[in-house]
Amino acid sequence: MKKTIHFTLNGQKRSIDVAPTEILLEMLRERLGVKSPKCGCDRGDCGTCSVLVNGRTLRSCLMLAVEIDGAAVTTIEGLGKDGEMSPLQKTFHERNAFQCGFCAPGMILSATELLARNPEPTRDEVKEGLAGNLCRCTGYTPIIDAVLEVSRKSGEGK
Amino acid sequence: MADHKYIGKSAVRVDGKVKITGAAQYVDDLEFGPGLLYAAIVESPHAYARIKKIDPSAALKLEGVVKVVTGKEFPYRFGLYMHDRYVFAQDHARFVGEQVAAVIARTPELAKKAAKLVKVDYEVLKPVLDVETALRDGAPLIHPELGKYQHVPWFFPEKDTNIAHFRKVRKGEPLKGFEDADEVFEDTYTVPRYAHCSIETHGAVGLFDHSRRLTVWAASQSPHTQRHLFAEALAPLGITHNDVRVIAPFVGGGFGGKAGVSMEILAASLATTVQGSPVKVLWSRAQEFYNTYQRQGVVAKMRLGVKKDGTITALEQKLYWDAGAYVEYGANVVNAAGLSATGPYNIPNVHIDSVCVYTNLPPGGPYRGFGYSEFLFGLESLFNEVAKKLGLDPVEFRRKNAIREGDILNYGGKMNPSGLHECIEKVAREIDWGKKRVSSDPKKAIGKGFSLFWKAPAMPPNAASTAFLKFNEDASINILVSAMEIGQGFLTVMAQIAAEVLGVPPTKIRVETPDTDRNPYEWQTVASHITWSTGNAVKNAALDAREQILKTVSRALDRKVESLYVEDEKVKSREDAAFALPLRDFVINGIMMKDGTFRGGPVVGRGMFMPEFASALSDPKTSQGGKPNVHYTVGASAIEIEVDRETGKIRIPKVVLGVDCGKVLNPELLKGQVTGGMLQGLATVLYEEMRFDDKGRLLNANFTDYKIPTAMDVPDEIVPIFVEHEQPDGPFGARGVGEHTMIPAAPIIANAIEDALGVRIKSMPITAEKIALALKEAAALRKEEK
Ligand code: FES
Ligand code: FES
Repeated sequence: MKKTIHFTLNGQKRSIDVAPTEILLEMLRERLGVKSPKCGCDRGDCGTCSVLVNGRTLRSCLMLAVEIDGAAVTTIEGLGKDGEMSPLQKTFHERNAFQCGFCAPGMILSATELLARNPEPTRDEVKEGLAGNLCRCTGYTPIIDAVLEVSRKSGEGK
Repeated sequence: MADHKYIGKSAVRVDGKVKITGAAQYVDDLEFGPGLLYAAIVESPHAYARIKKIDPSAALKLEGVVKVVTGKEFPYRFGLYMHDRYVFAQDHARFVGEQVAAVIARTPELAKKAAKLVKVDYEVLKPVLDVETALRDGAPLIHPELGKYQHVPWFFPEKDTNIAHFRKVRKGEPLKGFEDADEVFEDTYTVPRYAHCSIETHGAVGLFDHSRRLTVWAASQSPHTQRHLFAEALAPLGITHNDVRVIAPFVGGGFGGKAGVSMEILAASLATTVQGSPVKVLWSRAQEFYNTYQRQGVVAKMRLGVKKDGTITALEQKLYWDAGAYVEYGANVVNAAGLSATGPYNIPNVHIDSVCVYTNLPPGGPYRGFGYSEFLFGLESLFNEVAKKLGLDPVEFRRKNAIREGDILNYGGKMNPSGLHECIEKVAREIDWGKKRVSSDPKKAIGKGFSLFWKAPAMPPNAASTAFLKFNEDASINILVSAMEIGQGFLTVMAQIAAEVLGVPPTKIRVETPDTDRNPYEWQTVASHITWSTGNAVKNAALDAREQILKTVSRALDRKVESLYVEDEKVKSREDAAFALPLRDFVINGIMMKDGTFRGGPVVGRGMFMPEFASALSDPKTSQGGKPNVHYTVGASAIEIEVDRETGKIRIPKVVLGVDCGKVLNPELLKGQVTGGMLQGLATVLYEEMRFDDKGRLLNANFTDYKIPTAMDVPDEIVPIFVEHEQPDGPFGARGVGEHTMIPAAPIIANAIEDALGVRIKSMPITAEKIALALKEAAALRKEEK
């Protein structure tokens, strides 16, 4: 019944035996000890369980572990490089773009995907891009501002 | 004003990196090893029922099920302010979703499966689902034993009724006040129940080890209160405070929901039945909606007496709160709101009844705003109506009656320093009050709304805070406190306070979440009081440490203590510019003397704060005589909306919130409170609402049906205005502000809608459908009149 799947997790090759009904979020948290994807609703409403699968944010509470066979999975632990936080992480930190922090991993992954797809989004595009990630603390304004700031800065760098 | 190096600056969060890298651990992220057991709850499907029999046999047959626990094992009553609840329902279940039993099993799936197999026989009773029914003569009694319940001295339950607490406030001569009025206006406003919707659900893990030590890890705003309540509730098992330890990791949002004790008692109690094994209880999103504290609904009946010139002569407020099945915490919301239900106005004659009513709905409890948002909706809506009828500008009407420093409060004390009038001016200017904008789109109407707000911390008069502060070899510091970082930035602000006193940058100061064994006492992280209260304790601890440092240097190096001060991690001298002794040289090891002996040693500061002037004792018939509130934080808020004349859909170009929270300690964090609190408040008035069916079942226990705001729902512009009239007893002049930012949201919207469309909506939420309907009705009425 169990199937061995192979995938990369934050750049490292992994393989694990999974049952066909096993949920990706549970596998990551309970079996691989990756705790940054959180369970806020367990039904696709909140986005705290988001992970990047081949560069797209997907809700790991709605995915089966077998679906990531062969894929590249990134969680927030995998965003930084050489011990440095990613520009989005840094700006979120500097701009107080999170409070309790529970939504932050999912939110930053969504923002990462958004900027990868659309490096210079408008304010409305940022709002749309983040609409699937709930945050009860910040009122979103500082989050939207932080994403726009990163996009502006990287634009200047070109 | 003194020049500050760290206070008033936007220091970056000390809990920033840990959260933004995914390293922060919340309760469900902690590891408990292979021995961890999981509990699933058997819940009452009925709003009111007698439990005839519980048969666990089928559940117990499943392999991997360890235990089924029912109310029989824990026949104890407990609660925060009133002992009216149980660990598990005893002979009666009083709301849909109430815990009747629990199954403990080796996996969560198994526990859930087995919980479905527990057979409970109920005799279904007719539930009481609203306050009117509950208050009717002959209504079924939800707590027939009410007269016997233990409670704090400032509660006044009425036995053999469903009234759990009745707060009466009488100031001046209300009768005469109404006689003196030129006109009297009255109306009724209603507010439904709301859910906190922290993105992290409640969770707790209990371990009762073989030495009979009970440790609970909980997503908590109140670790010490939890320790106290666990010890009280479980005292019959021989458990004492000394046996209980509560560890609170990071919390994924609180908003009052994780204050006091709700489901955590289950983890604590269940742990005692499986000694040696940790047990996890984790709420699902649905349980988070129906079995934690909810914000209580209220029916507010008001009468206002006014002179023609707009002077208020008297106010009568009758607030009937739907407090739910257990009110051990919620009754204090009723109490606090009752004491302050005039809003920030100087009203000479006041008659307030704030009535806490039992119903067969889930327990009410603390929610950001603690009753103030609820009464303010009606009050500030009525004020607008009154101003309109008197032909006065609504802001002018408010200005005329707004409270000032030294004015007499409802319970007799004096109003603290207040920049309310300055807030009114600044907010009115920012929203361009008095200038009517017309939309270029004929389908859209533009309106503006205005409201004042206030709130005081609602806390027992002896709610205290303490702090330990210890230096490390490199002159970095650890601060130990037991208030919680629930997102507001508390840890950072505590670091700033200590930094200011000790001349050590906040980046070298660690403040972490508490463990009741290690960290000193704190009452709870609620009431917007910890910046003020714990801030004072931390400041005192830092002053204590500073004194030790300066005395050591004085003693060892023979310098006058008065000449010494700390700056940039050094002790310096006002008399000798060349003297600069780095703290790291001696804060652990002391200072070596010529003979090789040492003076000083590890520096450890301690600080405590308790508002010794507060008292909850007063005349129960009038509430006069005590000093229940330590201070009020006040402000004004305004909004501009653009509303579709047909669909009622609203867009918000601009919101302004002006608040006087005393000295602003960290502007960036405070702005975060404004943007977050305001959106949370706007959602309560525009679309959120808990909807129950006629059997008391919650119809929208998920984020699809109970919609909370997304990034798409943000106002175009939120302008925070900070007015700083310092609080004399606050750390560097600060007072509380966390809750206030959502309190005026409902009335500013309601008033703006009326301004735009001429319809007054008297029940929350004011959804687009409600507006569209009201517009239709108004049009029909106009036709009839013609
Ligand atoms: S937990 Fe997956 S979307 Fe909420
Ligand atoms: S920071 Fe708390 S949910 Fe977003």
